[in-house]
Amino acid sequence: MLKVSKELCIGCGICADNCPFAAITIEDGLAVVGESCNLCGACVESCDVGALTLDVGGRKAQEDLSAWSGISVFCEYRGGELAPVSLELLGIGRKLADIRGVKLSAILLGFETKETATLLIGHGADAVVLVDHEALRDFRDDCYSAVFTYLVQQYRPEIVLAGATAIGRSFIPAVATALNTGLTADCTKLEIRDLNGVLLQTRPAFGGNIMATIVCESSRPQMATVRSKVMKALDFNADRKGEVIIVQPPADLMKSRVKILESVVGEASKVNIQDADILVSGGRGLETAKGFELIKKLADTLGAKVSASRAAVDAGWIPYPHQVGQTGKTVAPKLYIACGISGAVQHVAGMQSAETIVAINRDEHATIFNVADYGLVGDLYEIIPKLITKLEERRSL
Amino acid sequence: MKIIVCIKQVPDAKDVRLDPITNTLAREGVQSIMNPYDQYAVEEAVRLKEKCGGEVIVISMGPPQAEEILRQAISCGADNAILISDRSFAGADTWATAYTLEHAIKKIGNFDLIVCGKQAIDGDTAQVGPGLATRLDIPYITCVQKIREATESGLIAERMMDDGFDVVAVDYPALLSVVKDINEPRVPSIKGKMKAKKAEIVKFNAQTIEADPACIGLPGSPTKVVNVFPPSARGGRSVLTGTLDEQIDQLVEKLLPYL
Repeated sequence: MLKVSKELCIGCGICADNCPFAAITIEDGLAVVGESCNLCGACVESCDVGALTLDVGGRKAQEDLSAWSGISVFCEYRGGELAPVSLELLGIGRKLADIRGVKLSAILLGFETKETATLLIGHGADAVVLVDHEALRDFRDDCYSAVFTYLVQQYRPEIVLAGATAIGRSFIPAVATALNTGLTADCTKLEIRDLNGVLLQTRPAFGGNIMATIVCESSRPQMATVRSKVMKALDFNADRKGEVIIVQPPADLMKSRVKILESVVGEASKVNIQDADILVSGGRGLETAKGFELIKKLADTLGAKVSASRAAVDAGWIPYPHQVGQTGKTVAPKLYIACGISGAVQHVAGMQSAETIVAINRDEHATIFNVADYGLVGDLYEIIPKLITKLEERRSL
Repeated sequence: MKIIVCIKQVPDAKDVRLDPITNTLAREGVQSIMNPYDQYAVEEAVRLKEKCGGEVIVISMGPPQAEEILRQAISCGADNAILISDRSFAGADTWATAYTLEHAIKKIGNFDLIVCGKQAIDGDTAQVGPGLATRLDIPYITCVQKIREATESGLIAERMMDDGFDVVAVDYPALLSVVKDINEPRVPSIKGKMKAKKAEIVKFNAQTIEADPACIGLPGSPTKVVNVFPPSARGGRSVLTGTLDEQIDQLVEKLLPYL
């Protein structure tokens, strides 16, 4: 509960101004807390006279946090391939492990993973905990979470990182629940706060309109998922040494209550806009599905792939795997050309890591220009054909 | 068939802004709506009921005003609604929310299926569904884009994956979370609206569901928000100048390294 001290409160109203949820009113010279208070604590910090206190307590803290040490990264292996985000997680995991002075381990689950463990060591892991089993060939939530939970309980890492892929987002919450600990989804920044090793986990909320920093102070492990293309992988170094620990978990963990009847690899896997060096992206400003023919033409000129904003996908002009943004893919190409995209925060959240951003938009006030390195105000149907012609002229010189 | 749908009232994300100077949420004009993904969950549950018979119960944890979205769900075909509301639930993270929903569902009793939206658009975590299923010790399928077949004992669903989709079979009791491709939610009929208006919303509080005070709300949450701030802007505005042709020429120069 949020408590107001009648003795200390001077009714200045600073807390009311600082409340993100409009939950505080000043009545008769006293701060009064209303129904919409969600205990965020913003007011407590704002109060100059110390009249507000947040009475938390309650949840039983684990007895011994120091029994948890080291950093573990879930490495996802499906259909004979390692998910690229695994290597990016080892990159940030390595940094955090060095700050903490602890070991970084990769936990690799899959079937017929061959030389993958060596690859993980070359990218920064001190150890690879490997469960290579036929039961892990298909992704089944209960089986993956039982095995992963078992390994975390065995090795007791203080921090567990996983990719915010379809698989990670599906089973990691079950692991956190089973371990009775907190989990922060889709982190874009991870830092260690102090000597206690508290992990500061920063993530977008409210569709990217707000960033929030979240901690999990009193339970371990501290768990976070990270979207792909947010962290950077280390270069492969064949000289790196590490240990591969092969684990055979108890057989009953491999049982599942779901059956995978079929895995259909669809268009989505061919699109893969996250691997492209250059993306030409279309939005609502195209006005019609045919607009993507022009986008495709520009993309072909540059050897680029085609992506889109949510508006274009929702309009049915192009399929979902092409979508960039908060509810689509996060991309970090060398060059991103936004055509007819207004630049909603949700979209910008998914492409602001591009090295160079070009924006073409009719509306000179479009927010996309705020993030663009080069902006052109005008009709894209006039600009793009000219651009294509000139680029082709220059190429043939 | 008894189906429980978990829904949430959220601020319309497109309206939410953090004031860059005061660092507080801009309040004006922010509407409260039913989480969009939950509308697909309600629709899918109602369709299953229409096919297989049974009952759809919608539940929502939230403040008293969350009653609005429960009535909205009834107008779209749900039969009964329960509001799980108590001051002590405030500040709950996904762990404490899953705990609270678990206790409310145990109070309701036996069920065949729980349907949730993929995620709520305010937090975007997608953690409560899997967390709830784990607490109830039932299997679950996330990101369901289609139910291919539903019988009295179980169902076969398509689960969206990064590289396509999986076809997954599960027996009841089970939990599904659904994506927007799964259906086109209906517009409430006049009759549905009348029913919603008259419907009695059952209310559960912390005592009704026999929740441990140490496991609910902010005190029961392992994670805590320590800071909120606006996203940092990238670079400054730079619009090319000159006639359109001159601008295009300048851009071509900049793009040459990529040819």
